[in-house]
Amino acid sequence: MISSLTAEKLACVRGDKNLFEGLSFRVKAGQALAVEGANGAGKTSLLRLVAGFLAPAAGRLVLKTAERESDDAEERGKQIGWLGHQDGLKPQLTVFEQLNFFAHLYGQRADRAALEQVGLARQADLPCRYLSAGQRRRLALARLLASRRPLWLMDEPFAALDSAGQALVGQLMARHCGEGGIIIAATHDPLGLANESLKL
Amino acid sequence: MSPFATLLWRDIKLAARSGGSAALALSFFALVATLVPLGVGADLRLLARVAGGILWVAAILAALLSLDRLFQGDFEDGSLDLIALSPLPLELTSLAKIAAHWLSTGLPLTLLSPLLALLFNLAPGPTLILFVSLLVGTPAVSAVGAIGASLTLSLKRGGLILPLIILPLLSPAVIFGAGAVSLGLDGLPAANALGLLAAFAFAAVLLSPFAAAASVRLNLGG
Repeated sequence: MISSLTAEKLACVRGDKNLFEGLSFRVKAGQALAVEGANGAGKTSLLRLVAGFLAPAAGRLVLKTAERESDDAEERGKQIGWLGHQDGLKPQLTVFEQLNFFAHLYGQRADRAALEQVGLARQADLPCRYLSAGQRRRLALARLLASRRPLWLMDEPFAALDSAGQALVGQLMARHCGEGGIIIAATHDPLGLANESLKL
Repeated sequence: MSPFATLLWRDIKLAARSGGSAALALSFFALVATLVPLGVGADLRLLARVAGGILWVAAILAALLSLDRLFQGDFEDGSLDLIALSPLPLELTSLAKIAAHWLSTGLPLTLLSPLLALLFNLAPGPTLILFVSLLVGTPAVSAVGAIGASLTLSLKRGGLILPLIILPLLSPAVIFGAGAVSLGLDGLPAANALGLLAAFAFAAVLLSPFAAAASVRLNLGG
């Protein structure tokens, strides 16, 4: 289980643009960090940096568990549950096939309960091409639950969701933090449960 | 099911349900093989002589039709981010995609080739050599193609650049594959040419996942 994630004087450069530098924060188990900022401020880049897709121009990220500390991006990646701004769904696969694929890919068993939690149990055998934008987002959330990873990185988690969907995301995030997980969410909307916020 | 088998099975399922890639490749292969005899004429000896080269080039071009989507679909819809965070290393991810491409395109092309060889008046012996050469050599097409597909991943209209990258790299496959068929036509043993083709394919399948994974990594960060 992760104890904390610490960023030490991070800098990110994309092309010839310096998005941020000297960025430091610490998120402990059970906490959520809301990353706020204008469009293009570097919120998504920060999430991709934490995920290990991008290498920082300076600084480091340290993941601390009960046993050890590590700044290895690959090791950190194995702890991450990802909810990007794209849903990563294939129109040719059914809702359950989609969930089943990612669950197995992450070494987990597919669980229809995850679909029930996000209100998609009745659509389990429906091809994803028939889902609305909000339902696609709910399926992406079910996939995040099925990954059973302790560190959630969420890019605009409330996007495309109605008020019930937004409330559901809030509940799931609160439960994840309650179980000792960590959340870093890039958002324009208040998370409600953020213990800390970071303005880029 | 292991993560490798899970990804392999999903990609085969997607190829089958998309209804386009394999059927398109087979149709293209069949059309080229039908048109060439019409263009060359009724010289049966000439047709048999050019069969190996024409069918090998046609098979490569047919396989190319679906190669640009090898990583691009997953890259565009965000799946590749999720796959990259899974326990499956990107090298094995690339290998699974190469295997899925071969099973959904290279293998069907190979299975169709004896039928198309009839249009070229190819005798049973050289037809068998053509079949074996495609069976052994088409994995190299998928493997080398994976390198090109990963390099053009974030390029708009990368599919147009892809052939320029991979066709020169596939010239050994054409030389050894078509050469084996020619040797068979002349009644000479084709084992050496097939052996060289197998060595090329083995090296391509062994090394290309590493090159493709490195390129995918760069694109995920870009």
